[in-house]
Amino acid sequence: MKMKWLGLSQAIHPADKKGTAGLAIKPLSGFSRVTIPLDMQVGPGCESIVKKGDHVDIGDPLGKPLGAWSVPVHASVSGEVESVQEQILSDGSRAQYVTIVSDGKDTVSELVKKPVVTDHASFIEAIRVSGLVGLGGAAFPTHIKLNPPPDKKVDTLIVNAAECEPYITTDNRICLENAYECVAGALATAFWCGIENVVFGIEDNKKDAAVALKKAAKRAKRDGRGSVEIKVLPTSYPTGAEKVLIRLINGRIVPEGGLPADVGVIVQNVTTIWFIARYLRTGMPLVKKWITLDGGAVKTPGNFEVPIGSSIEEVIEKAGGLKAEARKIIMGGPMMGVAVDDITRPILKHNNAILVFTEEEAALPEESACIHCGRCFRACPMKLMPAALDKAARANNATELDERHVLNCIECGSCTYVCPAKRYLVQNIRNGKTLVRAARAAAREKGGQS
Amino acid sequence: MLRVSASPHIRDKTTTRSVMLHVVIALVPVIIASTFIFGWRAPMLFGISAASAALFEALARIVMKRKQTVGDFSAVVTGLLLAASLPANCPIWVLLIGNFVAIVVVKQMFGGLGDNFANPAVTGRIVLSVSFTAQISTYSVLGKFAGDAATDLVSSATPLAIVGQGQGSLPSTLDLFLGCHAGCIGETSVVALLIGGIFLLLTGIIDIWAPISFIGTTALFMLATGQDVLVHLLSGALILAAFFMVTDYVTTPTTILGKIIFGVGAGLLTGLLRVYSAMPEGVSFAILLMNILTPHIERWTTPMTVGGAKHAKS
Repeated sequence: MKMKWLGLSQAIHPADKKGTAGLAIKPLSGFSRVTIPLDMQVGPGCESIVKKGDHVDIGDPLGKPLGAWSVPVHASVSGEVESVQEQILSDGSRAQYVTIVSDGKDTVSELVKKPVVTDHASFIEAIRVSGLVGLGGAAFPTHIKLNPPPDKKVDTLIVNAAECEPYITTDNRICLENAYECVAGALATAFWCGIENVVFGIEDNKKDAAVALKKAAKRAKRDGRGSVEIKVLPTSYPTGAEKVLIRLINGRIVPEGGLPADVGVIVQNVTTIWFIARYLRTGMPLVKKWITLDGGAVKTPGNFEVPIGSSIEEVIEKAGGLKAEARKIIMGGPMMGVAVDDITRPILKHNNAILVFTEEEAALPEESACIHCGRCFRACPMKLMPAALDKAARANNATELDERHVLNCIECGSCTYVCPAKRYLVQNIRNGKTLVRAARAAAREKGGQS
Repeated sequence: MLRVSASPHIRDKTTTRSVMLHVVIALVPVIIASTFIFGWRAPMLFGISAASAALFEALARIVMKRKQTVGDFSAVVTGLLLAASLPANCPIWVLLIGNFVAIVVVKQMFGGLGDNFANPAVTGRIVLSVSFTAQISTYSVLGKFAGDAATDLVSSATPLAIVGQGQGSLPSTLDLFLGCHAGCIGETSVVALLIGGIFLLLTGIIDIWAPISFIGTTALFMLATGQDVLVHLLSGALILAAFFMVTDYVTTPTTILGKIIFGVGAGLLTGLLRVYSAMPEGVSFAILLMNILTPHIERWTTPMTVGGAKHAKS
């Protein structure tokens, strides 16, 4: 209720529903088969190098990268390749899928060995070979993020442990269970990338994890590894959004259309950072994923380690099954996650949660007229006017959308969440962004011709 | 079948209806106070006004073949606010015409809730005061509050009329605060209005900027023109308007600076009209004029997005 009467309350506070925060990550095994898409990242994915009948072990690469941004994809179980098919993804794009029938042995490939890192270039190459992408949900290739253009001087590595989405608690568990390795991973990354400052940002609803990180930071300093700062931030949404987090941690403002590197910052999710430390120690590429399974339809919510490519259906079954009919399945959090069309869809590298909603939770509210209350405007972390953008987007008014800086929208969904008229604001604003990009492209083309 | 939709997948509990119900609850102290000050006619007017507003809303939506919206309770709020700004002796048929104008003409003919540029209750009240001046410009109060032996309503001059004409004796400051004097049924009791206003502030339905700048500007204006500041603050529609009208979502700006500009503008106009015009009261006209400026104020005060820069003119 604080500050309500001033109308200043910026961020929103959805019920955090982090009931799984106290549940340790439990490995699930014995999956009969996995279906691994060869495109699980921003930028082009891979092209298959295996064929039907091939035998693969855990950690064997399944595809060769299609471009500089591409990272390899690895087998997550040992067994026989059943098929290599092209499938349509839930977002309408196409990708190759490799289906592997498990032999139940979980044999690890001989190719898996500790990487040799001697300088920045070999560090970046090791990261790429590990198959790592941003594990916070964005799937941005980590080796690209850690290698900004030479004209951008980066002085701060921010480790994002905010985990501001409701339900999800995997980052929290990773911090609690592997605090020292999280800190070590951050320091190693900073060392090889020549970054001076390392700051962890964590919300104050994860007190145990914050304490664990602080202890680990002290130990790391004692061990002479270097120093990191643990910054505890007030719980609100979207603290973990890159641009918002940077503002909260060191007050820097990322310019519209710019990247964190423009203000000397690189942000990495804490699980990504932990994975780096683990990879440097073991050489095991990204073949398992840590997810929170929750939602009203789930019988026993919890945190699980599952092979990438295992089907949502099998994960749910092994985790204890459902207690109500699944009416909506979300990959990721309820604010920014993607609803999937089929329960047999595979777990992806950047999945951090599977939420199974009941009929009641999946109900879509009917929208009514905007009452101009200003809640969306106050909730917007980018200080945009969502109601006005929504109106312009519905009218296909690209000029007005552009004038109102629609492209600066981070699509956090806060506006839609708070709207008392239940309007589909961010949903229309996304269309608005597409309109503006198209209009700009058309203008460029016209300019080029004349 | 799984439901597929774009994120976010969860929503806050607040709805348009819950917002409107908060406003109705905030008006309950006002209705109770009016019963003590004006007798049984006051709650009756509130009741008839709210019911007729809802009826006009429902009928208008049916006639226009549009989705029924009476369930959002915005019409009830309009009905209550219109009754609040009329005297206890207002004839029922005048009240009904007022609600027709507010709901059908000012609100629904412009597209319904959210699309009306003027505050329906305020505009309804203005139409009545110009069209039925005789019926609604005599004010009354229960006899015991007018130094009269009668137990029924007696007509009496409002404090602003007393100040304006310079004759008669003003009620005590305490009576002004409690509202025990002639006036519109929902505007006299400052204490009841404050209870409702504070409830709306604490529940986050409204914020402080427009009320404080509106009341503050009016006070400064009265001080600068040598008027009795306290009487002007505690009488007339000022406090009612401060919490229930200059805070109306649809017809006022959403930016903090915009709210302050709106409040200052409405305060200045109220001062000018009260002190220099032939009318003793000017709050309604002040608000209507500022309603008209609202879209422009909103444009002028739109903040720059975080990290944004002005686009180069091409």
